[in-house]
Amino acid sequence: MDQLLQTLKDGIAIGSLYALIALGYTMVYGILKFINFAHSDVVVLGAWLSLLFARKLEAVTGWGAPPWWAGALVLILAMAACALAGFCIERLAYKPIRGAPRLNVLITAIGVSLFLQNMGQQEWMFGTRPANIPALVNDATLFTVGRVNFTLLDAAGVGTALALMVGLEWLVFHTKIGRGMRAVSHSTATASLMGVPVNRVISTTFVIGSALAAAGGFLWALKYSQIKQTADTSWTLLGLKAFVAAVVGGIGNVRGAMLGGLAIGMLEMFGAAYLWSSMTDVYVFGLLIAVLLLRPGGILGKAVVEKV
Amino acid sequence: MNTSAAQLRERSRALAPGVGLSLARGVAPLVACLVLAVALQIAVRPLMGDYAAKLVLDIGVAVILAVSLTIVNGFTGQFSMGHAGFLAVGGYASGAVTYYGSLKVWGSAATHGGLLSGRPMSVDPSTLPLIGSGDLLFVGALLVGGLTAAALGLIVGLPSLRLRGDYLAIVTLGFGEIVRVCIQQTGPVIRTAAEAAQVPAWKLATSVGGALGFTGIPKYTSLFWVWLIAGITIMVAYRLKRSTYGRAFLSIREDEIASEAMGVNTTRYKVWAFVISAFFAGIAGGLFAHTLGVGLSAEAAGFLKSFDIIIMVVLGGLGSVSGAALAAMVVTLLPEWLRGKHVGPVDLSQYRLVIYALALILMMIFRPKGLLGVAELWDRSLWTSLAARLKRLAGGKGGSR
Amino acid sequence: MTGTIRLWSAISVFGAMALLGACEKKSPAPAPGGGGGTPAASTPGEITIGHYGSLTGAQATFGKSTDNGIKLAVKEVNAAGGVTVAGKKYTVRLVSEDTEGKPEKAGTVVTKLITKDKVVCVLGEVASSVSLQGAPVCQEYGVPMITPSSTNPDVTKVGDMIFRVCFIDPFQGEACAKFARGELKAAKVAVLFDQASAYSVGLKDEFNKAFKAAGGEIVSEQAYTQGASDFNAQLTRIRESSPDAIFIPGYYSDVTNIALQSRKLGMKMPLLGGDGWDSEELGKNAGESIEGCFYSNHYAPDQPTEEIRAFVSTYKADFGGVPDGLAALGYDGARLLFEAMGRAKSLSGTDLRDAIGQARGFKGVTGAITLNDHRDAVKNVVMVERRGGQWVFRASIEPK
Repeated sequence: MDQLLQTLKDGIAIGSLYALIALGYTMVYGILKFINFAHSDVVVLGAWLSLLFARKLEAVTGWGAPPWWAGALVLILAMAACALAGFCIERLAYKPIRGAPRLNVLITAIGVSLFLQNMGQQEWMFGTRPANIPALVNDATLFTVGRVNFTLLDAAGVGTALALMVGLEWLVFHTKIGRGMRAVSHSTATASLMGVPVNRVISTTFVIGSALAAAGGFLWALKYSQIKQTADTSWTLLGLKAFVAAVVGGIGNVRGAMLGGLAIGMLEMFGAAYLWSSMTDVYVFGLLIAVLLLRPGGILGKAVVEKV
Repeated sequence: MNTSAAQLRERSRALAPGVGLSLARGVAPLVACLVLAVALQIAVRPLMGDYAAKLVLDIGVAVILAVSLTIVNGFTGQFSMGHAGFLAVGGYASGAVTYYGSLKVWGSAATHGGLLSGRPMSVDPSTLPLIGSGDLLFVGALLVGGLTAAALGLIVGLPSLRLRGDYLAIVTLGFGEIVRVCIQQTGPVIRTAAEAAQVPAWKLATSVGGALGFTGIPKYTSLFWVWLIAGITIMVAYRLKRSTYGRAFLSIREDEIASEAMGVNTTRYKVWAFVISAFFAGIAGGLFAHTLGVGLSAEAAGFLKSFDIIIMVVLGGLGSVSGAALAAMVVTLLPEWLRGKHVGPVDLSQYRLVIYALALILMMIFRPKGLLGVAELWDRSLWTSLAARLKRLAGGKGGSR
Repeated sequence: MTGTIRLWSAISVFGAMALLGACEKKSPAPAPGGGGGTPAASTPGEITIGHYGSLTGAQATFGKSTDNGIKLAVKEVNAAGGVTVAGKKYTVRLVSEDTEGKPEKAGTVVTKLITKDKVVCVLGEVASSVSLQGAPVCQEYGVPMITPSSTNPDVTKVGDMIFRVCFIDPFQGEACAKFARGELKAAKVAVLFDQASAYSVGLKDEFNKAFKAAGGEIVSEQAYTQGASDFNAQLTRIRESSPDAIFIPGYYSDVTNIALQSRKLGMKMPLLGGDGWDSEELGKNAGESIEGCFYSNHYAPDQPTEEIRAFVSTYKADFGGVPDGLAALGYDGARLLFEAMGRAKSLSGTDLRDAIGQARGFKGVTGAITLNDHRDAVKNVVMVERRGGQWVFRASIEPK
């Protein structure tokens, strides 16, 4: 019973992180129809920047226990910095090749990804050694069921992820810029003819996606406290799983990404807890192939037939 | 009707090249490959030393990998990111065949190759035949490696190639990772013939070293085999590009919907391209596995290796066979050349991947088709246009002065 | 027709280019058939030794530490006037090459060291999976190789040219099991290992064997893959089996996450590991969570011997920071080589091999090193404990 509850809790915790990161993939795919391979590297950037901001803040304020606003401040700073990074990446690397064949865009994305990874690895950036983020949230236990602890940190993580997802949902479906995004994702040409400022919409998408990625990186750092170097394969794997979550949920679909993230998180945790722990990656990619075979559009997506 | 058909047949016979000529056309490049491979085998080591020989060998394997990936990524415009997965599968399959085959036949994993294959230095070459019985096993093993990889290519390609192009990227990436995890689950290598005799054959196939890597494979790979197969790969890829299949591939790349409308069965051609590419990657894996000092481990299936191959294909030009081969050479030699190179206090080899990344991005912005585009090194048009451009550049400079 | 001709010319162009590309790397006319281990091209009075290690990449800290240790040994021996081989004085030059921690790079790098730099002996790698690929090349060219810290037994089985100055995993696993059973009085132990690492899998197997033989019980065995960050599922399963201790034969960065997460799950039992834990980062990043945990290592910097005190202080002066076990082993490997050179009849591969193989009771920083018939070092394992934010010497376990 304890194990079931614990696994459920862990599945939700990691699933909400996957969902948050998957949103970035799904938004860019929905609008530009390409896999932004550099997205996971923005997550890493967010994690490392959170670490730097947190250290700076710790040094400046000299806190004993972190004040309640410390986490929020670091989160906002990291999101702002990554939003700027996302904007620059889009303007410098992706905008010049808009309209090029998909393959070229994909290759550019890989280039950006490799660039971010290997610059971050340099000693004068973040270096190759893993580092530890100072505690930002007081890790108090809220309540305990059996042997399962529910801590403030868990609540803060899931709560932040949830709040951001609700915020995004509102933004996409209830604001002007959200309407623009939906229009561009239907047809760039038509949207542009209808007076939607396509460039601004695309930039906004990248800015929002990158900010969400930074939030994902921040929550990751908060949850695991140890951050590995930028070129570590664990980051690529994290990005891949988040992308799988987006595909499983139905790529281009915001709610699908959330559902997919939870599904992948649960699958991973329950697979490791009740089946062989050595095969977690196989479960995830196995699910991807199964979904592509049975329901190519994903759980919430609809299969799109391409037309001229 | 009848007469006109007969006339047509007559005319086509008159236009068709003679049997001798077409035979020459088919065989001549093969002979050229053979001669070149033998020449490399004989000349490189004595003339340039062992380190250079190792590099020439590495280049050969990289050429096979890059050219084979060109068939998918370059010709059909699909995006496979799991090429290293096929490399690993081919390597393990062929390694298992030669290793356990040697144990069964000769009782040990020593090489039984001829003059043209790899051998320990302690073996006196004058006692060897030109082609040894071990070479036959080796070639058989390479084919097994290639076919295993091709079969897996079919399994992976069929579902994902029905879908939009970029799904293939993510499925193949996932495939590479699954291969990696599965290899890690395998058992330790069985060391003696007596033990191997007691183990059923299916179990031998899973006794390939697990996380430690597959060690003890007889080292047959030599410059001869690598460059013979590299030559054949280049030839097949080039012929393919010029065939009706190649036209179909290129049409899919240019516009999938239009080519579908023109009656090209796009899924079928895409799967074909994918399977052929996997086959050659599997063979490259076999060569890789039988090279002295090259560790065949699960890491070989990882996406970092796949990225390396993709970089070669993109730098060389999407769709250019010779371009991919050229880039394979550059990408293999560059890190070696950068060893210990400094610009001021900056160690260049530290920035190797940063340089690659920037090159990729800039290439996509300023020269989206790669260095050569679809052109080949031996296309006259490439050189004439280059010359024209140079002339214009020189003229432009003169004019501004 | 023209197609054929073009293809012909293309193929020859490629051959020519490959030759040209390689020509750049041309070495000064080696004899056909390779080096054979004779340092013919070394300038008189100078011996070149090689080191291959992961100087960049994810395992960069390992290679750099080892390299520092070797550099220190080379500096010291040259300051003392070099080595004397068969009555002739030589200074020592070190060439270090990077493998990026990739097994497939090992062959190229070692070939370069042997045939281009003409090294008389090769030191390296840390990771057994990389050493296993470099070793056959050394064996083939008849150049002795000393691995400072590859603990997998298969490495020295490659051939009679391959030596090591560290203990092997069976002994390390046994020592950990002995320690867990004897000192910690643990009856039930859970194991959490990295299935992607040969080192981890090997150590786990040996530990299990020895622990069961000592009358203990392995209550749970869970795996993870390098690159995983979340160990909650595995740890929850381990918690269900309520072990007295958890054995984690992994690398320090994963152990950090495991330690942090296990404490959050309310698991208080001591964690136990092997020499893969050896890094400053573990204590720094895991903090409180690693308190009261143990690992087996090659030496402990706070051991009260003269050699260690001298080594730690010179290392600190040269590179800053306390040397880890890998630096100590690199230092010992190089010094053992210099000592063997002094005894060798000549610098040929076979003479050097014989001299290295005769090392008996060599006084190293990491303890007395005696090489056995399998060319493995027979030496003690040191158990260190985290106490009060410091790794301190706890016990020394002697070989049989």
